[in-house]
Amino acid sequence: MRIAFVKKEKVSFKRMIAVRAAAILLALISVGIIFWFYGADPIEVYKEIFLGAFGTKIGISETIVKLIPLLLCGVGLALVFRGQIWNIGAEGQLVLGAIAATGVGLWAPIPSYLVIPAMFLSGFLAGAAWAFIPAVLRAKMNVNEIITTLLMNYIAIRLLYYLVYGPWRAREEWGNMTWSGFAQTAILPDYATLQTIPGTRIHYITLAIAIASLILVYLLMNRTSFGYELKVVGDNPMAARFAGINISRVILISMMISGGLAGIAGVGEIAGIQHRLRPGFSVGYGYTAIIIAWLGGLNPIAVLISTLFFSGILVGGSYIQISFRMPVGVINMFNGIILLFLLATEVFLNYSIRMRR
Amino acid sequence: MDISFYESVISTMLVAGTPLLYSTLGEIYAERSGVLNLGVEGMMIMGAVTAFIVGKTTGSLIFAVSAAVLVGIALSLIHAFVSITMRGNQIVSGLALTMFGLGLSSVMGIKYIGAPGISFSAIKIPLLSQIPLLGPIFRRDALFYLSLVLAVVMWYILFRTKIGVRIRACGENPAAADALGVNVSLIRYACTAIGGGLAGLGGAYLSTVTAPFWVDGMTAGRGWIAVALVIFSFWSPLRAIVGAYLFGGIEAVQFNLQAYGIPTDVLGMMPYIATIVVMIFSVSETVRKRFGAPAALGIPFVREER
Repeated sequence: MRIAFVKKEKVSFKRMIAVRAAAILLALISVGIIFWFYGADPIEVYKEIFLGAFGTKIGISETIVKLIPLLLCGVGLALVFRGQIWNIGAEGQLVLGAIAATGVGLWAPIPSYLVIPAMFLSGFLAGAAWAFIPAVLRAKMNVNEIITTLLMNYIAIRLLYYLVYGPWRAREEWGNMTWSGFAQTAILPDYATLQTIPGTRIHYITLAIAIASLILVYLLMNRTSFGYELKVVGDNPMAARFAGINISRVILISMMISGGLAGIAGVGEIAGIQHRLRPGFSVGYGYTAIIIAWLGGLNPIAVLISTLFFSGILVGGSYIQISFRMPVGVINMFNGIILLFLLATEVFLNYSIRMRR
Repeated sequence: MDISFYESVISTMLVAGTPLLYSTLGEIYAERSGVLNLGVEGMMIMGAVTAFIVGKTTGSLIFAVSAAVLVGIALSLIHAFVSITMRGNQIVSGLALTMFGLGLSSVMGIKYIGAPGISFSAIKIPLLSQIPLLGPIFRRDALFYLSLVLAVVMWYILFRTKIGVRIRACGENPAAADALGVNVSLIRYACTAIGGGLAGLGGAYLSTVTAPFWVDGMTAGRGWIAVALVIFSFWSPLRAIVGAYLFGGIEAVQFNLQAYGIPTDVLGMMPYIATIVVMIFSVSETVRKRFGAPAALGIPFVREER
């Protein structure tokens, strides 16, 4: 007897929800087993994660705080992934956005009311520029963008370290003595920080930009000729070439939008949360966004829901790091397992399975 | 500068290049059979943490290395199952494996941070190890010698035996291979497992030779450099030797340039920048020689849809 896969033409929404939910459930069970080996009661851990993320007012507001960068990165990645362009470099593009915003916020010789807009603009441009390098290599020379975007994350992190340990490191002052302080820049002036919803850390301007970008990107994908070209490039590059679509242009533009949005996420983290540049300010938003983009795919609502889910894991995950003494990596582990199960069950979406003799 | 300086550079180069060589060799086999596994970084770091923990608890290097290889194989089989049997997206699956490996290794290793582990000692080959300049090559650890032997054996199998023809057929034209009676799935599973085992071994080298400590995230992108080196090597195990030690050399130079007051973080960018530069050149060379990636790389083989 053999198992045969029969291709399905259309996937019902119900079936999609059922398959995805089963995958996530299996993933949670597997992670639970690992927690159990680690010596923590899986039920307790999950309770803590869920209550941490959604159980309290602070939890919910923190989940929205994490949603901001994840949504910005995820939306951009959903765009490039649609064209089968694999930008794995959102993390580095985010860091570049943060670096640019810090530089502008601290030192740009412009009127103070222009500083915030300038930070967002420079963050977008820095992220886009960082994405431009692998994009142009892919578009003009066919260099594999998966590896180059990923390697550029490592370069971006090194650049951040170089700045905060070197030329941008703040001097501490006391009386007329100064010395070099922690590895971080000076704190941003008030006019370079974002307002938050009172009692929370939700920097609503960035949140608004994130939601606007979600809408705009999906309009771009579904209502413009550029979106059509992107889809053709993704589905059938050969056909795209014959149809006279400028593939290089599609790659460059979509990559730069994607990088720019990640850059804006970096601006939000600096101007809204950290108020200074320091190492470790991003907890892998750019990597988690890969899953969000891949999961959400063509549907903006699906992107929003999966962003909410992974923001919750980030927030809940930070609680278990403290109470169960787990490293930050636990979130990576979580995400990796969830992604593997989603992939392994993907086949049940596109195929129905029959037993054959 | 005296000769001992150059000898120390060569020595650092070999230590830095060997883990890259193992991982690159493994990924060459996986890709030759048509499976792109971007989980190398995750498998390497799991190899590193496993070798460290097993080595520390049992005190046996053999156990440490074997456990790392087994863990690498186990992880690669997840990727094989997802991408070969369940036809999931190979790119996303590999990335997921990397995330999972980085995360799990950090959970497993947290109790061991900062503790010293066990390490391989050098095997001095009489007379040869006394040669000036080339001496360091002949006073290295057992795993270093094994990696060179392995590269040659793997090259021989791939290009001079029937099994090698089958592996390459699966990567170039799985439908034709299938028609000739080759079990495409089996060969792809086996090659992916070889890739995983060797990535685990590469990771084990990091935590038992390069630095006998556990540091969270200690592979630091070496798995990705290995993936790039596969392209640089044109999918040939012998060229992989050149690539791996070239990159080892960059790490060695980086190490020695610190003395000149260049900030460590700027030097730390070198391997990644160099990898990107090398990729640019190898792609243009690939195009010029019309000698490229296995044609069916990354494409699932579906018998019914042939």
